[in-house]
Amino acid sequence: MTAPALVDFDEVVERFDPMLGLEVHVELNTNTKMFCGCPTTFGAEPNTQVCPTCLGLPGSLPVVNRTAVESAIRIGLALNCEIAPWGRFARKNYFYPDMPKNFQTSQYDEPIAVNGYLDVLLDDGTTVRVEIERAHMEEDTGKSLHVGGATGRIHGAEYSLLDYNRAGVPLIEIVTKMIPGTRERAPEVARAYVTALRDLLRALGVSDVRMDQGSMRCDVNLSLSPRDSGILGTRSETKNVNSLRSVERAVRYEMTRQAGVLLAGEPVVQETRHFEEAGGSTRAGRRKETAEDYRYFPEPDLVPIAPPAEWVEELRGTLPEPPWERRRRLQAEWSLTDEELRDLVNAGALDLIEATVAAGAPAGEARSWWVAYLAQQANSRGVELAGLEITPAQVARVIALVASGSLNNKLARQVVDGVLAGEGSPDDVVAARGLAVVSDEGALVAAVDEALAAQPDVAEKIRGGKVQAAGAIVGAVMKATKGQADAKRVRELIIERVGA
Amino acid sequence: MSADPVTPGGDTGITRDEVAHLARLSRLAVTDAELDVFAGQLEVILSAVSRVGEVAADDIPPTSHAVPLQNVFRPDELRPGLTQEQALACAPAAEDGRFRVPQILGEEA
Amino acid sequence: MSAELTRLTAAELAEKIHTREVSAVEVAQAHLDRVAAVDGEVHAFLHVATDAALASAAMVDEGLAAGTAPASPLAGVPLALKDVFTTLDMPTTAGSKILEGWRPPYDATVTSRLRSAGITILGKTNMDEFAMGSSTEYSAYGVTRNPWDTSRVPGGSGGGSAAALASFQAPLAIGTDTGGSIRQPAAFTGTVGVKPTYGGVSRYGLIACASSLDQGGPCARTVLDAALLHEVIGGYDPLDSTSIDERVPSVVEAARLGTSGDLSGLRVGVVRELGGEGYQAGVRASYEEALRQLEKLGAELVEVSCPHFEYGLAAYYLILPSEVSSNLARFDAMRYGLRVDKGASAEEVMAATREAGFGPEVKRRIMLGTYALSSGYYDAYYGQAQKVRTLISRDFAAAFGQADVLVSPATPTTAFPIGDKVDDPLAMYLNDLATIPTNLAGTAALSVPSGLADGLPVGLQVMAPALGEAVMYRVAAAYEAARQAEDGGPLINRVPSLPGGVA
Ligand SMILES: [Mg+2]
Ligand SMILES: [Zn+2]
Repeated sequence: MTAPALVDFDEVVERFDPMLGLEVHVELNTNTKMFCGCPTTFGAEPNTQVCPTCLGLPGSLPVVNRTAVESAIRIGLALNCEIAPWGRFARKNYFYPDMPKNFQTSQYDEPIAVNGYLDVLLDDGTTVRVEIERAHMEEDTGKSLHVGGATGRIHGAEYSLLDYNRAGVPLIEIVTKMIPGTRERAPEVARAYVTALRDLLRALGVSDVRMDQGSMRCDVNLSLSPRDSGILGTRSETKNVNSLRSVERAVRYEMTRQAGVLLAGEPVVQETRHFEEAGGSTRAGRRKETAEDYRYFPEPDLVPIAPPAEWVEELRGTLPEPPWERRRRLQAEWSLTDEELRDLVNAGALDLIEATVAAGAPAGEARSWWVAYLAQQANSRGVELAGLEITPAQVARVIALVASGSLNNKLARQVVDGVLAGEGSPDDVVAARGLAVVSDEGALVAAVDEALAAQPDVAEKIRGGKVQAAGAIVGAVMKATKGQADAKRVRELIIERVGA
Repeated sequence: MSADPVTPGGDTGITRDEVAHLARLSRLAVTDAELDVFAGQLEVILSAVSRVGEVAADDIPPTSHAVPLQNVFRPDELRPGLTQEQALACAPAAEDGRFRVPQILGEEA
Repeated sequence: MSAELTRLTAAELAEKIHTREVSAVEVAQAHLDRVAAVDGEVHAFLHVATDAALASAAMVDEGLAAGTAPASPLAGVPLALKDVFTTLDMPTTAGSKILEGWRPPYDATVTSRLRSAGITILGKTNMDEFAMGSSTEYSAYGVTRNPWDTSRVPGGSGGGSAAALASFQAPLAIGTDTGGSIRQPAAFTGTVGVKPTYGGVSRYGLIACASSLDQGGPCARTVLDAALLHEVIGGYDPLDSTSIDERVPSVVEAARLGTSGDLSGLRVGVVRELGGEGYQAGVRASYEEALRQLEKLGAELVEVSCPHFEYGLAAYYLILPSEVSSNLARFDAMRYGLRVDKGASAEEVMAATREAGFGPEVKRRIMLGTYALSSGYYDAYYGQAQKVRTLISRDFAAAFGQADVLVSPATPTTAFPIGDKVDDPLAMYLNDLATIPTNLAGTAALSVPSGLADGLPVGLQVMAPALGEAVMYRVAAAYEAARQAEDGGPLINRVPSLPGGVA
């Protein structure tokens, strides 16, 4: 059985309207889990962050983490949602070994936040309003490691190994309403929405929002309707979409795949699909032949949550400036073009630059450090800019050292390399590596004289008025001082000595 | 929580197939002999408990919690949990600090 | 000496221990000897913790010898703990094969409160599997026999705890009451059993049957002993979200006040819907006599009507199985407990393990609950049952507007022969007719002995509003005192002697 061919994207858009929906799961960065006092730190030794409650041991009981509720309310408010005056957790019952109780405690049908929106900025400067259906609290599952079999995947595995450190970590699930009318921009809208949501959550400080570590995960729901028919198609639910780029690719792929199926006269199957990072494609997962019956009922071990209005208002007061407003403000303050701003946003550099400026650096220099040298370093290390082991304050310090003449640009880069290599603060690196501009005027004059003597023809040219020829002498002096000279001062000295 | 109506107190005849379905949903590998016994017993019990449908209660709010508490929270503070050894002490099988379980057929959730 | 010690009440034992007339170790040893002598016949215990019990008692003695005040009014008194509370140093099975040999890595809050009160935990008592049953016949570890007649059941699910009291193996016990599992065994064995207000005793470490109904509570041979134990285990626990953050009603004081025997000015509500048709003649006679006695004590009898109680049983047998189907899903052979390695996949192993590890009543209720929660049935079954629950609470509220406490027989019958109802679930369920409304409403109730019918004990149920335990204990203590004065001694003294036992 071969799958129908993919359809060219332009043709898909000509013949179909995509209906897009996004479900994003966000792990909160609380100290402890949703219902117990275990830590939530990523990457700990397996089964070392567990207790009777998150292991689902007989007799254990859950108690709600207040900070998780506050984060949920703040997220709801930031998404312009109404905060439910009363709601209960429910149990979603299904058996799966990564879920210790064999039910997930989730707000499901009594979510804490409903009916909001997020305005999303596209590349061409237009704004799309994505409506939020709900945001609700729930708990994460444990992690399974499938052993044996060729692919390392669940299929063909001989057995599985379970680690429950992640079980019970607080999750907020944010579900959009169907986003209509996106047409050819569906992939872009999907990506822009997830980006905007990530920035918002980061600004709120409620989550690490690391898609690469799974603290932010996206499911893409997509269906196609024959163009302008208004008939709702059958949707697929693509999971495992673990980067912003993948969000865009998954939408695009599903559009071209579903169009192929429909044009071959076959029905789209309602199913869960998995995004394959390598090929940028999706593969079929569990088929939903019959709607799953999760037998939801109100969680009897937890009492209702009825946030008092004063509490909600107090939390509203803690909301930071929304990222889009902040962006507009910084664009004006730093005199950026739309394009420059967008590049900074896409690189995840905005916060870092702002923090660097806040630490005393001029905006232009802060920007150029983060988008040039540091971006290269992040790239070669395969981490996000924010994942680099250097703080904005440290970058500001390096910039200050350059401004004061203690470092030149080349030395400054070596200092940054030292900080990134874990050698300590910029000042530590300067001291340990002996990286400072040679400020001994006498030594510098001697080096200049020596270089001029070694290249008398060049010296003659300079004397004759060809000032640009000084570059060769500057190079020689820099070489002789192992780069630790202030090039500007060297140039001045050359002119002085030749003219004398 | 669904809204599909069922005639209260009506015919609650429960078939062997339905019992088999319930057993599957509940992860119980019941035997054929048990299926017959349970089908009979569940039918008797269901027709007795369907009496709840005789009470007219359209305007009555349901009670999920007998004592009306709300907003019970815990501070976001660490509490000592179990060591890996304690966690795995009762495991039927363990390997590399993890619980070892037979191959999982279902898809990743 | 040792036989005498086992006949004493907890309050009497505590006094002798604290005045150092006897040592806690002697008391523990006397009870352990009694267990060794009679439990082969009764089978109240699933596990006896001889060494731990003696060590705990020795610590109490050491403290007293050093002149330290006892940790609680019950320090040094032995107790039998229902095997549904987790214990670090003893296996915990909940009467199920699926948990055979499980050693929990933590103590239940009730367990740790008993320990810090210096109470000597003798061991863990038998029960219907996961507290589902009314006879203790559904235990995976054999039936417990009623000390009054060993061919009969002791009631359930807490049959082990009640039988331990009635056979003088322990003066105190802990039970759990989801639909009557403390009160019905108390009635069947001529002992006192209290179901506290929901949220009054922590459920942390209590292996759940039905979370919204379960409540741990004290079991004893006298009302005062139950009150003393109630104050040890009760009170707020931040580990249980449904725990009530309020002062524990001072039930000991109320019980002491009750023994003065005056109930004048108190209104006792006689529930019209409980105690009539469907109740054994001897039970009805005992109940009517109890009403007369209450009147003699000065109480004013008021007839009250609770019209929705008749739907309680139906609502209960929908809500309970629904919660059970979810609570028991965790027993899946992956992390702890039994694993039956039949089949290649996790799914098959789960199903095979649950098939082998659960008994028929548990399976029945799991399937019933799965059905009641299914989409398409939810509204008619679970949803409607939750509305009935509201109506029953309203019935209680109205009745407590007219009366300070309500009374009824605790059970429709006296203890029935072993094997009588084990294959007839519906007949078994009828045992809890009178006790269930209290669990649905989250209110408090107890059963106190009200004499014999055909040689078997009968229990009087006293019901109180939520957190109204004090008045309930007062009425029960007054009734108990009057009854004993009339009978010339406690009913429990009339329990026949057991083979192997001196008593
Ligand atoms: Mg979810
Ligand atoms: Zn935990």
